[in-house]
Amino acid sequence: MVLLGPNGAGKTTIANIIAGLTDYRGSVLFDGVAVDKLPANRREVGYLFQDLLLFPHLDVAANIAYGLNAKKQSPQQIETRVKQLLQMMKIEHLASRYPKNLSGGEKQRVALARALAPSPKVLLLDEPLSSLDVPTAKYLRTELKQLQQRLGITTAYVTHDLQEAEEMADRIAVLQSGCLEQVDRPERVFFYPRNEKVSDFIGAPNILDCDYCRSLGKGVMEVGCGGLPIIVPHDGESVHRIAFLPTDIHISETHPPGPEVNRFKAHVTSIKPTDETVKIGLKAGEVNLLAGMPHHIFEDMSLETGKEVFLILKLRRIRVYEDKENRRSDSN
Amino acid sequence: MLKKIRPGWGLLPIAVFLAVWELVARFNLVPGQLSFPPFSVVVLEFYHLTASGVLGDNFLASLIRVLIGFCAGSIAGIAVGTVMGWVENANKTLHPIISLFYPIPALGWLPLLMLWVGINEALPIAIIFISSFFPVLYNTVTGIRNVDKDYIQVARTLGASDARILTTVVMPLALPNIFTGLRLNAGMAWRVIIAAEMVAIPTGIGALMMRASSLIRIDIIIVCLIVLAVMCLAFERFFQYLETRMTAKWG
Repeated sequence: MVLLGPNGAGKTTIANIIAGLTDYRGSVLFDGVAVDKLPANRREVGYLFQDLLLFPHLDVAANIAYGLNAKKQSPQQIETRVKQLLQMMKIEHLASRYPKNLSGGEKQRVALARALAPSPKVLLLDEPLSSLDVPTAKYLRTELKQLQQRLGITTAYVTHDLQEAEEMADRIAVLQSGCLEQVDRPERVFFYPRNEKVSDFIGAPNILDCDYCRSLGKGVMEVGCGGLPIIVPHDGESVHRIAFLPTDIHISETHPPGPEVNRFKAHVTSIKPTDETVKIGLKAGEVNLLAGMPHHIFEDMSLETGKEVFLILKLRRIRVYEDKENRRSDSN
Repeated sequence: MLKKIRPGWGLLPIAVFLAVWELVARFNLVPGQLSFPPFSVVVLEFYHLTASGVLGDNFLASLIRVLIGFCAGSIAGIAVGTVMGWVENANKTLHPIISLFYPIPALGWLPLLMLWVGINEALPIAIIFISSFFPVLYNTVTGIRNVDKDYIQVARTLGASDARILTTVVMPLALPNIFTGLRLNAGMAWRVIIAAEMVAIPTGIGALMMRASSLIRIDIIIVCLIVLAVMCLAFERFFQYLETRMTAKWG
């Protein structure tokens, strides 16, 4: 489960409530059993904090052993378990280092090992990769996902990054201003956003139902949406819906050169400047689309309502949804 | 980190200073009628005082007072400070009272203690106790309250009880602050004891200085001052060394 939402949506608060670190009303259930009466130190929650917070006065092995010591396990048990975790995280060589001498990625592994050491029932990961550089974060993300699946531990993963959420999640819970807006499988959040808030958060994509689809071989498929034949990268059976973000539509005033793939004539129906981009409403065939373009490009063009333009959809950015089920979201 | 200057070079300015002192005194370059003994005379006097046991006895008297008063005051300060830092209600209750007592200079208690405790061995120890207790307490409270609350939460999610969190996370992380308090007051204890002995007690380095003063024995006064300077420095360095040893690996 991934908790997804913008800053201040209440993601961390939810994690804190699960861990028992904040006062709350209501009830937290682990496997159907209320744990509200249990203080944080008896909940058996593994919590990986955003800032990691490795104990600076303890070396790596002692950091990992902290939860085991608190459980009053025997020294042999602790040593075995610490070794096992060091191996699992591939950080055996760091065992006697102190946190100040670790890189960001190494700290991450140690913090995760520390959280996992007491074999918690629930694992909470609060933006665990936000402090890392992008390549390290990507690498660790894959590893984290594999690890989580291998351990089979119930995990709540907090993030504000849509892509990260999609990659990590079995299910995504979209949060906005403290309200749970949608809980669903990642692709359904994207293709069937329950309301405008969810849609806005994922970038207000254009979502089109497909009337027909026809494989062109070699991993591309032609789908018909409201009279537009759109080529999409897809190798499966059939496509039910496609989606693309406003920023993935290019607008050109003149007929663009190059092959006639995913290029359509359209009319401008509305122009609305926002903080980051200028939102341009378009009508192509039967379809209403929303495009977003940077202010400086908009200023170089002379767009006005009713004007005929050419638009290009970036082929690689079109996302497809195969499933033909109805507008029904998973119950939580 | 500072590059270590070779130990020999650190002593050079002191050597120069002593040489100048010796020359100035020998050739009577001091204006007026002041009597100013050269360094060599002071060294000689140091030898006499040590050999006769006068310096040793008085030094030991002062040292024992400082050690007892400082240890007792520090332990009490750390204990009360830990409670105040950890238990919010204790802090709320005691903080206003402590804030009132803290600014009183240790010697300000002397007239009161002379009447309450009397002129005896307990008096300088009580003064040292007070002079150590409040600053150590203050630094301990600050150190404990400054520990990032998030570390406490981490420890809690890892299953640690409050008592365990205090001893394994909060106290170690507060150590640098506590040591700052100890270090500053280790030197301070010597300054305070001298003053107390000068005013109220017939033994100790301070008393020796007062007696020397009334006999116009400037060489003895200077010997005492040098002993005092060395002890202040030694005590501060000792705690600095302890602090580095305990926190170097992670600090």
